[in-house]
Amino acid sequence: MRTAHLAVEVSGFGRHPEAWRQAGVPREALLTPAHHIAVAQLAAQSGADFVALPDSFGAGSGLDAVAIAARVAPVVPGIGLVPTVTTTHTEPFHTSKAIATLDLVSSGRAGWEPAVSRTAGEAAQFGRKPAAEPAELWREAAETIEVVVALWDSWEDDAVIRDVATGRYVDRDKLHYVDFSGEFFSVKGPSITPRSPQAHPLIVLRAEPDSLAVAARWADVVRITAPDLSAAHAARERIRAAVTDAGRDPDAVAVLLDVEILLAADENAARRRFDELGELAEETLRVVGSPEAFVDVLAEGAVDGVTAIPLTLPGGLRVLADEVAPRLLAAGLRTPADPAATLRERFGLPRPANVLTGA
Amino acid sequence: MPKKQIHLAAHFPGVNNTTVWSDPESGSQTDFASFVAFAQNAERGLFDFLFLAEGLRLREHQGRIHDLDVVGRPDTFTVLNAIAAVTTHLGLGGTINTTFNEPWELAKQFASLDHLSGGRAAWNLVTSSDAFTGENFRRGGFLEPAQRYDRAQQMLDAARELWLADGRPIDHHSAQFDIVGDFPIPPTPQGHPVLIQSGDSDQGREFGAKTADAIFSRHGSVEDGQAFYADLKGRMGAYGRRPEEITILPATTFALGDTEAEAQENGHRIRTAQVSPQTAIAFLEQVWGRDLSAYDPDGPLPDVDPDPGAQITRGRVRHEKDPLAVAQRWRELAEAKGGLSIRELIIETTAHQSFVGTPKEVARQMDDYVQADASDGFILIPHLTPGGLDEFVEKVVPELQDLGSYRTEYAGPTLRDHLGLARP
Repeated sequence: MRTAHLAVEVSGFGRHPEAWRQAGVPREALLTPAHHIAVAQLAAQSGADFVALPDSFGAGSGLDAVAIAARVAPVVPGIGLVPTVTTTHTEPFHTSKAIATLDLVSSGRAGWEPAVSRTAGEAAQFGRKPAAEPAELWREAAETIEVVVALWDSWEDDAVIRDVATGRYVDRDKLHYVDFSGEFFSVKGPSITPRSPQAHPLIVLRAEPDSLAVAARWADVVRITAPDLSAAHAARERIRAAVTDAGRDPDAVAVLLDVEILLAADENAARRRFDELGELAEETLRVVGSPEAFVDVLAEGAVDGVTAIPLTLPGGLRVLADEVAPRLLAAGLRTPADPAATLRERFGLPRPANVLTGA
Repeated sequence: MPKKQIHLAAHFPGVNNTTVWSDPESGSQTDFASFVAFAQNAERGLFDFLFLAEGLRLREHQGRIHDLDVVGRPDTFTVLNAIAAVTTHLGLGGTINTTFNEPWELAKQFASLDHLSGGRAAWNLVTSSDAFTGENFRRGGFLEPAQRYDRAQQMLDAARELWLADGRPIDHHSAQFDIVGDFPIPPTPQGHPVLIQSGDSDQGREFGAKTADAIFSRHGSVEDGQAFYADLKGRMGAYGRRPEEITILPATTFALGDTEAEAQENGHRIRTAQVSPQTAIAFLEQVWGRDLSAYDPDGPLPDVDPDPGAQITRGRVRHEKDPLAVAQRWRELAEAKGGLSIRELIIETTAHQSFVGTPKEVARQMDDYVQADASDGFILIPHLTPGGLDEFVEKVVPELQDLGSYRTEYAGPTLRDHLGLARP
């Protein structure tokens, strides 16, 4: 049997907007480092490959996701950290060094989920340009990813030479201008931050109608939503075809299905807790039930793995860590992770060669 | 009356020729372990805060990337948040450019740092009108030099509105910004981050007197320090502020030794290492505006005159406005000192220690300086990464405490507590 990837997405007190009622702490707890550390620790104990930290400039967003990831990185080992950084209003140069630095402070556990800002409200907070159509936003996102990756390669790994005889700290021939010029912006380069432990932190993209081409070209992990496993399997096949068409190896791109979870000892208990929270539109496959019910989703093998999205936090992660993780190991669906592995290594991906070497 | 208390901050040794990378004890300036070691030592020394400088484009010299100094640094916000995880009291200061950032995003990043550090964030506002740096950003080189402080002020006004909004809608309109929305993050443990400023022009001083909680100055002598101190604090009344609401911290270096002679020898060794033969020529080229690679750094100054129009270094602040006058002054200085070589002259003019001596003597010098109202303390710029502060913390800090002019424990958890500042 193929092993499955497992990620978790955490934000607020869970995806359910009423989840804070079950959290047992005031909403202000979300502003404290203790909350974010506790959540990341539970995510690590669940054995997940990474924790996704959504972010936006929209209403209801919280603390900056890169900041949270950096704050927990030194004290929570053994799990990848994948903050969302949007591409519509943020400078690519800043994004490049922020994610590279997250990779430095986490010893190679950084990822990046690029996302676009669609709303007029977000645009009004910046006052620089109006909101745009998704197709345009994703063209801009593609440019952002391209230049961010180029900046990650703008230092060769051995650029620092410290040659006392010639007085040179760095070999300037191993630093490269990226000279990017596109439809939306231009960036000269090089980065101010040297090439990071993973060289290219893991790029995670959500499959949306207008993001497929971007994902096919750039994603290491594609996140999908689907109402059931057969739809998820079909989506995986479409993504693999697009990756192949883009000239890449589809086996180097993992497709993870979002699965909302509310797990308890048995289905009745889970259902009762869900009813206490109140109705909620189903954004993707949802498991309200026993730990076994969630294990069954992974055992189907319809996709390469799942991103578990607890409806409640931190309780939803506690069940994942205490009840689900041992069952996944026992079923052979997961293997114990090497705590020293980089996030790319957890996905079986090599450290990329530098395309600008010798340029 | 209790003695005036000294405030200390520490600059993480980064990109400049102060940092002696050729020393065998010099480590990485990008590995997180270096930040951990440096920050934890500064906290052991009860420093108010550590501070990271910023550069948004690699410096160039003669059209090529400058390769003689330490180059490369991590992202300011990201590394400060990570340092927050390995310290408990130390303030976390970051230089963030007001030209190449937008208020909403910056306010969110600083609010996040302040929440996630329990109230330890500080923002060192710097301005830029530099099209060279602008080539890395969407904005490009769009800003007229005269608008730098206008944008900085409007950026700060907008950021403050966002930080203190506390659920109220924002409707900010200024020449630089149009910002409408609801800021999602409540006021932070400090209300908002501590504000640091370092411009020394008249415009910069006015901006500092009006807005800053701390000032980085570069006035080394007691007399210059006193003049700056009196001038800056004298400007505050016009804005309804009291002098103690600003902490003035000149940047300073130091060299220590068990004896006075040993300290002098250490100081000389550091100065020499800071100016390699190649660095000496590069400094000369900055003033002369031409390629001087054919000259011997151990030989005399060039007999040709500087090209007054040329600027061959980009990405670093140029302090010499009149190269012909500088050359004239340097020739006279070399002559007066008995015929200094190029390298000796550059060592003499660029890299000086402010405080040299035994730990007891350095503590006394610093205390005298602060008690004379030449400053409220210092920002220390060590020459080694990451251990450049270790000996200072181990030996000078106890001497300052013995003099009764330095804290023996932190008064509270936030940086405002360390600086004695009220919540805005």
